[in-house]
Amino acid sequence: MKDTAEHGAHADPLSAVRKELEACMQCGTCTGSCANSSAMDFTPRQLWRMVQLGLKDEIFNSKTFWLCSSCYYCTLRCPRGLKLTEAMGALKRLAVAEGRLPEKKSALFYRTFLDNVRRYGRVREMDMMTRYFFSLKNPVTPLGFAPLGVKLMVKGKISAQMPNLFGAGKMDAIYRKVEELEAKA
Amino acid sequence: MKYFYYPGCSLEGTAQEYDASTRALMGALGVELLEIEDWTCCGASAGEAVSYLLSMVLPARNLALAEKSGIEADMLVPCSACYLNLKKVEDHTGRGDHLLDRINEALAQEGLTYAKGIRPRHLLDILAKDVGQGRVSGKVKRRLEGIRVAPYYGCQALRPYEEFDDPQLPTSMEPLIEALGAEVHPWEMGAKCCGAGLMTTKKPVALNRVGELLAAAKGADCIVTVCPMCQMNLESFQGKVSRSAGEDLGLSVLYLPQLIGLALGLSEQDLKLNLNFAYSKTLQQKINLK
Repeated sequence: MKDTAEHGAHADPLSAVRKELEACMQCGTCTGSCANSSAMDFTPRQLWRMVQLGLKDEIFNSKTFWLCSSCYYCTLRCPRGLKLTEAMGALKRLAVAEGRLPEKKSALFYRTFLDNVRRYGRVREMDMMTRYFFSLKNPVTPLGFAPLGVKLMVKGKISAQMPNLFGAGKMDAIYRKVEELEAKA
Repeated sequence: MKYFYYPGCSLEGTAQEYDASTRALMGALGVELLEIEDWTCCGASAGEAVSYLLSMVLPARNLALAEKSGIEADMLVPCSACYLNLKKVEDHTGRGDHLLDRINEALAQEGLTYAKGIRPRHLLDILAKDVGQGRVSGKVKRRLEGIRVAPYYGCQALRPYEEFDDPQLPTSMEPLIEALGAEVHPWEMGAKCCGAGLMTTKKPVALNRVGELLAAAKGADCIVTVCPMCQMNLESFQGKVSRSAGEDLGLSVLYLPQLIGLALGLSEQDLKLNLNFAYSKTLQQKINLK
């Protein structure tokens, strides 16, 4: 169980998730409970079978785990008691670690978010979204958010603060230690 | 009654009205909130997607700060994502495998230690269980008779940790809504997903979730929420969702402490209702006539 949560720098990066899913009996309760399964290329049940079989390419080319919104319905209802939402999270981490990112947007968003926390300790929404849109190198995506951005600005809910570009990050020490501990594991 | 208060990042920005209304309501109910000094982000859903250990250390830092104060109190958390992350640290450090030691090695960089001494609790849990219907109804100054409220709980306050309500058909908001004199909109969507962070990374998928919820809430005067992400998703895209559904799905969406606050006679300014994107004139007038 512990291994599912840890991201494995082992020979087979999938081994920890495979172990958690050994007991999956393919009943499909997870798929039936999933709010977003209709938008997935493989249903959660199919994904777990792919994990059991170790079909790495198929798994990491799939968008399924990036469409998990962590509602925890599958985890709640799994008759085997498997930690399925955590397994989705573990696959996201593995995809990032392995550089297997057909879904670059999601990974970039998460990384930008955590960089923002490293810098300021708390998320500065405006600073974070600006950096995220720049990192996408795609001028179209931000346009979809412009109406919301304008609404938020009008309400004074987001404000442009001076970005910290060069100074030390508030959370540098903790982040560095975490990186060191994860490299050791 | 005294609690540590962990607002979380959203409540400083896009969910300021949740922060303001929570503080105002708790003040009116005689509940003392001790904001954790120097609190930092819980990692949100990004932590888990990037680094497991970081996703544990970030929330643990805040629990450690509260412990350091030496005060014995539970931690009140209004944001469901923050709440889940804080609960996760409690749960995962109990699974063995030296996770607690590793977290503390990282926290030692700031001279902090996490000893599992503080219990994080959702705002709704505290309102429903500690404050309770009786105390709320005793403070009601204007009864919201005839106003129909759809209670929306979202996901992470309820699952995976079953702390204070049924994780599929929750009811903990109902006695509170009834205490105000309002009526509960009967629906079974209270625990369904709003699309959460997919609104940023997979927008069309999240818009479908929002559309389903707004359609099911038809007939209610408003939806009440207990999570900044749910609130943002439900209130910000109503025009777009209505256009693709071909019908008007517009509906007022308020944070639960805003609705309770109104019934307790707090002002719209105190509850920062001017910051809501979906608070209709019709509902406003209905309430002001009470």
